[in-house]
Amino acid sequence: MISLNDLLVLLPELYLTAAACLVLLFDVFINDDQRDATHWVGIIVMLVAIFLVIHGQPPQTVTAFGGMFVRDHMAEILKVTVLIATILMFVMARPWLKDRKLFIGEFYSLSMFSVLGVMLLVSAGSLITLYLGLELFSLPAFALVALNRESKLSSEAAIKFFVLGALASGLLLFGMSLIYGATGTLDLHRIFASVGTTPHPHLLQFGLVFLVVGIGFEFGAVPFHMWLPDVYEGAPTPVAMYISAVPKLAAVGLAYRLLQVGLGPLAGDWHMMLAIMAALSLAVGNVVAIAQANFKRMLAYSTISHMGFVFLGLANPTPEGYASALFYAVCFALMETVAFGVILALARKGFECEMIDDLKGLNRRSPWFAGMMAIAMFSLAGIPPLWGFAAKVLVLKSAIDGGMLWLAIVAIIFSIVGLFYYLRVVKVMYFDAPDEAAEPLAAKTDPALRWLLSINGLGLIAMIGFSGVLYAWCQAAFGA
Amino acid sequence: MSIPLSWYVVFATVLFCISIAGIFINRKNVIVLLMCIELMLLAVNTNFVAFSRFLANPAGQVFVFFILTVAAAESAIGLAIVVLMFRNRRTINVDEIDTLRY
Repeated sequence: MISLNDLLVLLPELYLTAAACLVLLFDVFINDDQRDATHWVGIIVMLVAIFLVIHGQPPQTVTAFGGMFVRDHMAEILKVTVLIATILMFVMARPWLKDRKLFIGEFYSLSMFSVLGVMLLVSAGSLITLYLGLELFSLPAFALVALNRESKLSSEAAIKFFVLGALASGLLLFGMSLIYGATGTLDLHRIFASVGTTPHPHLLQFGLVFLVVGIGFEFGAVPFHMWLPDVYEGAPTPVAMYISAVPKLAAVGLAYRLLQVGLGPLAGDWHMMLAIMAALSLAVGNVVAIAQANFKRMLAYSTISHMGFVFLGLANPTPEGYASALFYAVCFALMETVAFGVILALARKGFECEMIDDLKGLNRRSPWFAGMMAIAMFSLAGIPPLWGFAAKVLVLKSAIDGGMLWLAIVAIIFSIVGLFYYLRVVKVMYFDAPDEAAEPLAAKTDPALRWLLSINGLGLIAMIGFSGVLYAWCQAAFGA
Repeated sequence: MSIPLSWYVVFATVLFCISIAGIFINRKNVIVLLMCIELMLLAVNTNFVAFSRFLANPAGQVFVFFILTVAAAESAIGLAIVVLMFRNRRTINVDEIDTLRY
C-alpha cells in the first residue's frame, strides 16, 4: 500500500518532476528576450533539490513502495554531485548558448528530466525502477546531443548515441529477463537471496554477462567505448560537459545496484570481467588519446581511461572498493567540468576553441584561464597535490588490498603514458607562441561563468584537504 | 499439451540475435536500425511474458507494459533524430554517417 511516508521518501524526486514540468510550461509563456528568467529559475530549482536531498536525509537506509525505491547514503552522494554538476553546466553554458542562438527553454527542461532519471536510477531497488531511471536519463540526453539542429556533426553524434544507447539498454534488458527467469523476482534484494537456490544457475550466469556488457556500454569502457569520442566531438560543448560528468556517476550507481545489491553472490564471476575491461580501458584510452588533435576528442579518450580506474575500484567487491570507485567518479565529474568550462569560457561566436592548437600561447592571452586549464590537466593526470591524485591513490590502494596487484601495475604504467597528452596541453598553453592568425579571444567573459569556473578550479586544489572526510562518507555509504 | 518454456526462450534468443545482427550488418538505412531496436525489445518482452507465465508471477508482465511504453518513446526520439539528420545531410544511409571518426 502507498502511504504518505512513501511519498516523503520520494520527496526530492517528486519535487523535481513537478518543477521540471513547471519550467517547461513557464518557458512557453515568456518571450525570447526574457529567457534569462528560465535560466535562473532552473538554477534555483536545482539548488532547492540539493537542499531537499541533504535535508531530508534519513539516518539510515529507508525504502519506499515495497522496496522499489531505496534512499541510502550512496544514492545521496551521487544525487548531490549530479545536481552540482548540472548547476555548473547551466551557469557555464549560458554565454555559449546565447552566442549560438541556442538559448532555449528546452535545454533546461530536458536537462532536468535527465537528472531526474539519474536520481531514480541510483535509488532503484528493483529492476523496473532501474530500467525506467536509465531510460528517463538517456532519452532526454539523446535530444540534448541533437540540440543544435543546424549542425551536421550534432545530428550524426545524436544518431550514434541513440543507436548504441538503445543497444546497451536492450542488452541490459535481455540480461534482466534471464535473471528474472532464473530467480522469479524483480526485486534486487530478493534476487540476491535466491541466487544460491536457483534451479537454473546457467541462466543466471548468462544473464550476468549481458548485464556486464550493458554496464560497460553505459560507462564507455573498452571494448564498448566507440560511441564516446563521437558523442563528445559532435555534441554541443555544454552537452558534452554533461555527458562527460553525469552518466559516469549514474553508471557507478547502476553497477553497484545490479552487481552488488542484486548479484553480489556471483562476485567471483563478475569481478574478473570488470578487471579485464579496466585493463583494456586504461590501455586503449591512454594510448589513443595521444593521437588526438581535437581537444574534446582527447578528453573522450581520457574519460575512457578514467573509467578504467573506476572499474579498478568496482572490481574489488568490498566496501572499500565501492567507496574508492564512488570517490573517483565524484572527483572525475568535478574535474571534467573545469576542463570543459575553460573551453566554454574561451569559445565565442564562430570559434569553438575545440582543437588543442587553439590553446596555443593561452598563458599570454589569458593567464587565468590557462591556469585553470593547467589545474584541470594536472588533476586529471593525477599529479599531487591535486584532487585527482587522492582519487587515484585510493583506487590503487583498494585494488592492491583486493589482491589485484597486476591491475594496479597496469594502471600506473598507463597513467604515466597518459601524462604525455595532459602535459602536452600544458606545454601548448605555456611554451608555444600564439599563431599570427589566431582568433582573438572573447573581449570579456560572463562574470558568473568566470567566478564559478574559478571556484571549481581552485576547489580541485582545496579538496585534497577534505579528501579524508569525503572518503569517510563514501565508506560509510557502503557500511565499511 | 502446452509449449514448453525452453521453446519460448530459444525463440526470444533467436529474435534477439537477429536484431543484433541487423544492427551490425545493416549498412543501408537508419530506419532499419530503429526496426532492429524494436525487435530487440520485443525479444525481451517475449522472454519476460514466458517466464512470468511459467513462474506464475505477474511482475514480469508488468515490466513488459513499461518496456512497451518506453519503446514507443524511444522510437519517437529516434525518428525525430532521423528526420533531423535527413534535413542536414539529405541522406539516411548508414554508410555515409562517417564524418566523425578516430
